[in-house]
Amino acid sequence: MQVWLEPLIKIVVVVVVLQGAVAYLVLVERKVAAYIQDRLGPNRVGPWGLFQPIADGAKFILKEEIIPAGANKVLFLIAPVAMLATATLAFATIPFGYVIPKEGATPIALSIAPNMDIGLLFVFAIGSLGVYGVVLGGWASNNKYSFLGGLRSSAQLVSYEIPLGLSVIGILLFSGSLRLETIITEQARTGWWWFVVQPLAFAVFMISGCAESARLPFDLPECEQELVGGYHTEYTGMKFGMFAFSEYLHMITVAFLTTILFFGGWHFWGLAPMTDENQVTWLGAIVRIAVLSIKVLATIFFFMWIRWSFPRFRYDQLMNMAWKAMIPLGVVNLIVCAVCQEFLRPDDMLTRCVLGWLAVLGCVVYMATSAGSNRSPARAVGRDGA
Amino acid sequence: MQADDKNIKWVQEPELGLSGRMYLGPLLDGLATTARHFLKTVRGEEMTQQFPEERPEFGNPLIYRGVHRLNKDEQGRVKCVACFLCATACPAHCIDIIGTEAPWPDREKYPRSFVIDELRCIYCGMCEEACPVDAIELTALFDLTGASREEMIFDKEKLLSVYDVTIDKEPMRSRRHGARQESSSGKDH
Repeated sequence: MQVWLEPLIKIVVVVVVLQGAVAYLVLVERKVAAYIQDRLGPNRVGPWGLFQPIADGAKFILKEEIIPAGANKVLFLIAPVAMLATATLAFATIPFGYVIPKEGATPIALSIAPNMDIGLLFVFAIGSLGVYGVVLGGWASNNKYSFLGGLRSSAQLVSYEIPLGLSVIGILLFSGSLRLETIITEQARTGWWWFVVQPLAFAVFMISGCAESARLPFDLPECEQELVGGYHTEYTGMKFGMFAFSEYLHMITVAFLTTILFFGGWHFWGLAPMTDENQVTWLGAIVRIAVLSIKVLATIFFFMWIRWSFPRFRYDQLMNMAWKAMIPLGVVNLIVCAVCQEFLRPDDMLTRCVLGWLAVLGCVVYMATSAGSNRSPARAVGRDGA
Repeated sequence: MQADDKNIKWVQEPELGLSGRMYLGPLLDGLATTARHFLKTVRGEEMTQQFPEERPEFGNPLIYRGVHRLNKDEQGRVKCVACFLCATACPAHCIDIIGTEAPWPDREKYPRSFVIDELRCIYCGMCEEACPVDAIELTALFDLTGASREEMIFDKEKLLSVYDVTIDKEPMRSRRHGARQESSSGKDH
């Protein structure tokens, strides 16, 4: 078999599955939103609205494509492509299972570029390129609202990269590798998922990841009340669809990373234990894919749940949170992890876990006691209560 | 106005409690609220009414002001006597009647043509109030639609057919009058 055939099959599978997953995630999102608001959501196209994504896709394709007169045509067309391409590219190193067995040969790793040594770094680097799509789209539209949305977005994404990166350094210390496969196998080998051991890192990662994928409560780039539609105000049809697609892809990426970094990837005690690559059966491979998928879907559901639970931040609150809360918390976590790694035996997870939760407790108590009166000054509400 | 004006009411946000300052309490509170609503809908207690399949319930369809109908008497004739009181009362001038001599002995005139422009009508119910013989009434049909303007101009046949459709659910107003008088007199005594 040719060398290129195997990666090609994986690329096709990943891209097709992702496109379908995104289309149906839009439906899931609308259903979850509706259920939380005591409604039913789309239920007219097909049973339970299952054909809604097809109708949406057809609508996107058939819509008139409008390019504003004052827009920079080249950049305007490049922006959605850049965003979608980078969002898809980030999946190159993400493992979507363990391995599948192959007769008389080394098992096939379930990742487009398996065992890439800079795995996590690659995901972050490519993922943060997505901000170019946002900025270019906002700039090229020749619309002040789009432009403001693009500016806000770039500031937000650049700010939240830092805590996002800080929060995973502790995991890199414990796992000893940037390889996503190794991070999973370390958790499987020790039986401790990193979110138990490093709760602080988990909190910082979830919050920053939510901000990175620009979802509520962090959707300042497309804040409707202030910016019409944000950077994609002027986009129509499939070009808008590509922006929407890449936003969902970002969310899937963050969900995959959360699962891989903090929830043990395909590992589950008893059901999918650590085994040697060469001893994985077909059943074991499928169980591992299923475990990983369920964890990812649960994380995505959690993101959707968060979306309808919390109001959007004000812009200064957003920035304060990144620079004054998330980065210090990330540093605290890094210090705790570094101390653990230096002074504890490598397999002493219990002490690490206790220290991690003590760090959380310390931070919470510090916040509760040090935050003085955070009330805003009294406001006049008119005469006689009018 | 001065800042110390007595008429100005000053308000201040309440101070955050311990759980508020730790942030976690209110966050969990918010998640619990949305989860409660989510589970409520999963159990099938949603607010949505599936409109074309499920019809909404009125408090009292007899006083709803929807599409008009022309009532028929016991012999199936139109009750209208072409007195033009409804057309005169109509503030939107949407009723157009052509009266002619009645072929029946019990009245002098009857409408040869009775046309209501349902698009001009404001559904105020004043025609119903004005009618001395309870011939014109507003029904509880609220979802009137049409593909053209011509379709929405209702002639006598169409208004009479509305009567056939609605009479089972909504009895004629003469009887409603009686019912109202009985109940009010019952209250008085």
